Amino acid sequence: MTLVPLVTGAEVAYWICGPIMILAAVAMVLFRKAVYSALSLALVMVNLAIIYASQDASFLFVVQIIVYTGAVMMLFLFVVMLVGVDVSESLVEKIKGHTIASVLAGVGLFILLAVALGRGLVTGAVGVEAANAKFGGNVQGLAALLFGPYVLAFEATSALLITAAVGAMVLAHGERLSPKLDQKARAAARIEDFVTNGVHPGPRPNSGVYARHNAIASPALLPDGTVSEESVSAVLVRRSGLADADSLVAPAKAAFASLDAVQGDSEEDR
Amino acid sequence: MNPSYYVILAAILFTIGIVGFLVRKNALVVFMSVELMLNSCNLLFVTFSRVWGNLAGQAMSFFVMVVAAAEVVVGLSIIVMIYRARRSASVDNASLLKF
Amino acid sequence: MTLLEGLTPVAPTGLFTVAWLMIAIPLLSAGLLLVLGKMTNSFGHYVATLAPIASFAIAAVLFADLLGRPEAQRTVDASLYTWVKTGSWTIDVGFLIDPLSILFALLITGVGSLIHVYSIGYMAHDPGRRRFFAYLNLFIAAMLTLVLADNYAVLFVGWEGVGLASYLLISFWQHKPTAATAGKKAFVVNRVGDLGLTMAIFTMLAMFGSSSFTAVNEGAQHLTPTWATLLGLLLLLGACGKSAQVPLQSWLLDAMEGPTPVSALIHAATMVTAGVYLVVRSHAVYAETPAASLAVAIVGTVTLLAGAWIGTSKDDIKKVLAGSTMSQIGYMMLAAGIGPVAYPFAIFHLLTHGFFKANMFLGAGSVMHGMHDDVNMRHYGALAKPMKITYYTFLMGYLAIIGTPFFSGFYSKDSIIEAAWEKQPVLGALALIAAGITAFYMTRLMIMTFWSRERWQEGVHPHESPAVMWVPLVLLAIPSVVAGMVMNSWIGGWLAPAVGGEVPEHASWVPTITPVGLVTLAVVIAGVAVSYLVFGRKAIPAEVPYTRNILTIAGRHDLYGDAFNEAVFMAPGQALTKAVVAIDEGVVDGAVRGSGTLTVGLGAGLRTLQNGYVRSYGLTMIVGVIIVGLALVIGRLV
Repeated sequence: MTLVPLVTGAEVAYWICGPIMILAAVAMVLFRKAVYSALSLALVMVNLAIIYASQDASFLFVVQIIVYTGAVMMLFLFVVMLVGVDVSESLVEKIKGHTIASVLAGVGLFILLAVALGRGLVTGAVGVEAANAKFGGNVQGLAALLFGPYVLAFEATSALLITAAVGAMVLAHGERLSPKLDQKARAAARIEDFVTNGVHPGPRPNSGVYARHNAIASPALLPDGTVSEESVSAVLVRRSGLADADSLVAPAKAAFASLDAVQGDSEEDR
Repeated sequence: MNPSYYVILAAILFTIGIVGFLVRKNALVVFMSVELMLNSCNLLFVTFSRVWGNLAGQAMSFFVMVVAAAEVVVGLSIIVMIYRARRSASVDNASLLKF
Repeated sequence: MTLLEGLTPVAPTGLFTVAWLMIAIPLLSAGLLLVLGKMTNSFGHYVATLAPIASFAIAAVLFADLLGRPEAQRTVDASLYTWVKTGSWTIDVGFLIDPLSILFALLITGVGSLIHVYSIGYMAHDPGRRRFFAYLNLFIAAMLTLVLADNYAVLFVGWEGVGLASYLLISFWQHKPTAATAGKKAFVVNRVGDLGLTMAIFTMLAMFGSSSFTAVNEGAQHLTPTWATLLGLLLLLGACGKSAQVPLQSWLLDAMEGPTPVSALIHAATMVTAGVYLVVRSHAVYAETPAASLAVAIVGTVTLLAGAWIGTSKDDIKKVLAGSTMSQIGYMMLAAGIGPVAYPFAIFHLLTHGFFKANMFLGAGSVMHGMHDDVNMRHYGALAKPMKITYYTFLMGYLAIIGTPFFSGFYSKDSIIEAAWEKQPVLGALALIAAGITAFYMTRLMIMTFWSRERWQEGVHPHESPAVMWVPLVLLAIPSVVAGMVMNSWIGGWLAPAVGGEVPEHASWVPTITPVGLVTLAVVIAGVAVSYLVFGRKAIPAEVPYTRNILTIAGRHDLYGDAFNEAVFMAPGQALTKAVVAIDEGVVDGAVRGSGTLTVGLGAGLRTLQNGYVRSYGLTMIVGVIIVGLALVIGRLV
């Protein structure tokens, strides 16, 4: 599958995806917001999947995209959202010289890796075509390995996954600090409050109902015409203040007054 | 294609992961750097699987993914716990264990 | 040879098979009294008194049996069981009943019984009476183990047992600091001697492969002179410790802090003579080594003089008697050092001394009983009248010890002096002089205690002791007088097979007139006369008079034995300890602390790396990885 003479598909994939991966990885480290970092990492992983594919690892190509990028990275994003997507970390370095030292250590490690790995390299590659063909395909070949020689390790990973799931549940489970109050306890507390503090045990008065208003912000009027402050939620009072009872009552009073006037006129007419 | 290109690529990715792990304070990004390192190792596995014509490398890569998934689950729940307790996901805030 | 024939033991028959009962009965009694505790307070002392009497009965029957046997049959070895079996060594627990040990058994149980009876009266009002009797029984059992054992290992068990009993009894009134200290002193000094004995036993095990008397007696003939001398000197060291011989004499004077019956039983009649027994028992070893024998004789003579010297200067009646005991044991050691000829004389004098010295100690106890436990002779005087029985019995002892003709001490002591005169003229002459000194200080004691004028303290009303106390005195006074006459003609022949000596020519109760004997008598009379001239003619001052006499001052200070010990052993020991402590603190502790400080400093420096930042730790880890990787790469390059 030669596109251009001397250039294979794998080379094309490498030279396109490799730089993108490196750039995305560097971006992942440099982005200050965790969401961007996560998305950059997802980009790295997708490109990595393509490189897998170019190396005849079709099963891993799929798994990399579906499981790694699709599940694991999305879990990351989920947690990023959970812990505050807008939290950006401070740039103040608390450890003196740490960044420079870290970069130097990274460079040193890279040189070491390059030297060590380079010494073990061979120029040619056997290729996995023969191995894939042996069982009729890459997936079948891997399956023969996983359920053959590696079946014990495979079973062990199942135990590992279950343990991880249980562990995550145990860790993330929020412990209730005080017992949940049931109806009985609430009633008892209310009577207790009445006995000790003289607080009215019954329900608080409803909000007021006026001719044109019955919003919960409108206060009820007591029999003597004064405002009952209890009838309106304290939160509403703090946010927008009590509605003026007089203005609420005013239209009704005006209507009554006009009615009285009409009635007076008719009586006079009679 | 010469496998040494992939090896160099893996080494670069691994180094970036290391540096990210060392310089970032956000626990989530630190964790992502670890994932990046794991992925670079996977790349090596796949590459050498092709070099030697042996699928065992790919199987190993598969196991790495499984272990990484388990690790992510537990690690993230720990991060959530820390966040709940401290309202912060910075690894520098969890620095009480010192002299 | 008589020597080997006499030492071939015959199997035990009849009562000999239960000879161990002699030891078991007092041991059981002691155990009962100690274990049952207060339950036995009311009757314990009677049980304890019956125990040695029972042992005495057994010993008497065995003695009668032995008397009736032909000479070769008189050594009976009653082996009980195997104690230790390790490698090529087998140590049996067994009892050797022969003419020597049976005499000791009779002396121990006989005098012991009388002293038990005496103690019933003497300790009547002591709150610790039960404990006292338990210890006394323990002592009897241990002492019998010592003399009846058929090998040195079992002998050592008894040896340590009497040491323990001696310690317990010296410090019996442990509420008195002096008594507690005296007990400790006796214990510590005895350890020095025990070291000699244990070394001797180890040597025997190494040289002969056994510690039994039979094996040692046979093997001794094949010893090289060096080993024989070494063995002899080690045994002598053991004997010195137990018998309070110079240079281990210092504990005996302090041991008088114990109750007087203890002084009579342990520190006069029996335990302190164990050293003499040891030397006589080891005669086969000394037969091979003239050097060690001479050392024994010299030690004996030195102690003989030192004891007598101390006796002349002390005002404490018990200390005078203690010095006298040292001196008399010196005679015995001298005899034991002279050789086979004098072994019977050593034992002879041991027996007669056991009688008259126990008699005098008990008499001194009786005097103290009447004088409110005052031991200072300057507060006595003219006690002959109020304490008639005590006086006359004590007088018998006095006449015996100074060697009045026909009294027991005359026969035994003159024999020793004569034998010494023949073999070692210098030592004999010194022994002769010591006889004069003995007469001098004993006369002084008599003058200050029973004669002269009364110098009693206020409120003291001397009175005769109860019958339970004076009956033993009378019973001891009788052998003090007659034992010499009875045994003189017999003991040499009786003991000869057991101690490896030759049967002496016929001796009778009629003393043989010899020039040495006459000179001795003259010296004794001179000693009495000088003592009378010095102390008898003028009043004894109630306070210790000032003196410029160096000899007296030295005597009053126990010849500076304690000062010598302190200067030669204690002070260097303490200096060594201080030096060791200084080295320990400076060098050892310094090194330990230094390394600790170094580690702490290192930790203090390193802990700054622990800044709590995970990223920092991660960096450290990466650096470590790089270093390890570099090492690997470089290693492979090379």
